[in-house]
Amino acid sequence: MTTLSILLVISAALFCIGLLAALSRRHAIFILIGIELMLAAANLNFVAFWRFGPEPQTPTGVMVAIFSIAIAAAEVAVGLALVISVYRHYRTTNVDRLNQLKG
Amino acid sequence: MNNAAFLVIAIVTLAGALAAATLPKLIHAALCLIVAFVGLAAFFFFLGAEFVGLVQLFVYVGAVAVLIVFTILLTRRDVGKPDKFNWGGIVVAVAVFGGLLWAILKTPSVAIAAAQIPPLTVKRIGEVLLTNYVWPLQCVGLLLTAALIGALVLVMEEKRR
Repeated sequence: MTTLSILLVISAALFCIGLLAALSRRHAIFILIGIELMLAAANLNFVAFWRFGPEPQTPTGVMVAIFSIAIAAAEVAVGLALVISVYRHYRTTNVDRLNQLKG
Repeated sequence: MNNAAFLVIAIVTLAGALAAATLPKLIHAALCLIVAFVGLAAFFFFLGAEFVGLVQLFVYVGAVAVLIVFTILLTRRDVGKPDKFNWGGIVVAVAVFGGLLWAILKTPSVAIAAAQIPPLTVKRIGEVLLTNYVWPLQCVGLLLTAALIGALVLVMEEKRR
């Protein structure tokens, strides 16, 4: 196996761990942690493909990874603000109990 | 860097991530998330993208982790309760991992020993950022401002009537 495919396997494992956290936990902060892990796995893929790709002189993958990190920071700030706001209203952060809109 | 260090980084990253996803206590999970992010930054250093590794350390370990810990503090009445684990998620995650693994192993590897490249300096990144990527940069700035204002508005105390 090449280094690239080992990195891809690690990134896939990281993505699936994030997916596991996002799908199987009922606490809103755990879901955010899972989303962050998935985004980080995608960043690892971008940088790995840049490094082992045909044109490592132009730093395209690095740029995408930097922008992706910035967007992830914005996302987690808004997400955690939402968690705090929801907690103020309902006194819980368990997503199963936020069922006011259930038909 | 040799293979042993690579293996150690991989194990530490995946173990940290797995602990962050499965530990029952939220604060332990947040601390394990920091370990996973530091391991990921080490991967970026290993790949020659030092700037991304540093940004990863500053943004994730410095800002996001602290933000998560503060949110846990602010919602702590709920944190002590045990979190029910949904086993269906494991099935989906393992299935997705199997699919990805199959795709990765089936694809014929294109190249490649990593080409020798000049180190990617911050000067070069700055030049590229302000020439080819100036519009994405402005958009990210706008997005960060909007997220800042949005987060503030969301957590502002509501007026009692």
